[in-house]
Amino acid sequence: MKLLYQFGIILFVSFLGEILYLAIPLPIPASVYGLILMLVALCTGIIKLKQVKEAATFLIEIMPVMFIPAAAGLLDSWSSLKPIWIPVILITIITTVIVIAVTGQATQYLIHRENKNKREIQKNGGKK
Amino acid sequence: MKSLLIDSMFFGAVISLTAYGIGLFLKKKFKLAVLNPLLIASLCVIAVLLLLNVEYKHYYESAKYISYLLTPATVCLAVPLYQQLELLKKNLKAIAGGITAGVLSSLLGVFLLAKLFSLTHEQYVTLLPKSITTAIGMGISAELGGIETITVAVIIVTGILGNMTAEFICKLCRIQEPVAKGLAIGTASHAIGTTKAMELGEIEGAMSSLAIAVAGLLTVLCASVFANLI
Repeated sequence: MKLLYQFGIILFVSFLGEILYLAIPLPIPASVYGLILMLVALCTGIIKLKQVKEAATFLIEIMPVMFIPAAAGLLDSWSSLKPIWIPVILITIITTVIVIAVTGQATQYLIHRENKNKREIQKNGGKK
Repeated sequence: MKSLLIDSMFFGAVISLTAYGIGLFLKKKFKLAVLNPLLIASLCVIAVLLLLNVEYKHYYESAKYISYLLTPATVCLAVPLYQQLELLKKNLKAIAGGITAGVLSSLLGVFLLAKLFSLTHEQYVTLLPKSITTAIGMGISAELGGIETITVAVIIVTGILGNMTAEFICKLCRIQEPVAKGLAIGTASHAIGTTKAMELGEIEGAMSSLAIAVAGLLTVLCASVFANLI
């Protein structure tokens, strides 16, 4: 019963996300509104972690499976993709590598810089 | 026999799960990044449909119940994120800066390469939202006048590619901070990449989940500006 209860809460938040999607004219899906709502609900304590934890862990674990139907959809979109597939695949590979490298390097650089600043402040504080 | 496969309420779901089982088995047995379970499963499903001559739409009639769980599962990504909230607060500036850099590099990269391959406006905007989560990407593509089905295909290929190569690229670029790794994976390859980040660790998984939402929203804001460039 516990899992059903947890699943019910998760579906309810998804439903609220769906309402926001219908109410706000932006190309933002119900799932992203739901993610934000769930985070806010957890932070404010409206939903307690133990009220969703097991079902959430299970759903995240089986998430890759949920992409199979869409990925198999390549079968249907292949005819429209065929004439431009070489530039498309090159662009996909190159930009994916670039985005991983840039995001990772930028974040790491900023973290290290911030840590260094903090250490220096501590050091200067110690001298005084 | 054929009508059984077409009308069945379970056929699509069964071959999807079986195919994923095969993918997991191969990955466990050979431990190679190329043997990505999602990739293998998708190829198996496509092969079965072609062999049995079943149309995709008939397969999807029963496989859609698997996809149905995608929205609730994405909502659940808030849970690991909540568990790493302190880390998020501590590194707020670095996280915001990192994701912004990633989103801009994605849009700029697509723009420059589209220019290089002299793609049409329609083809260019189709590729523009390729790094973000499917549902947002589809919406952006449709709004800017792209071809939605190709956008979905490219987003999924990007996700699988990120999932397969992220660990290696991070090592190559000496990205060692778990926060940086997670954000890189989520910003480049959305939810499909995030499943890889979850395997790497709790921090990586949480940061990757965060990047899906933030990179998606930032792309909504920036894509229309970039769309006018070609």
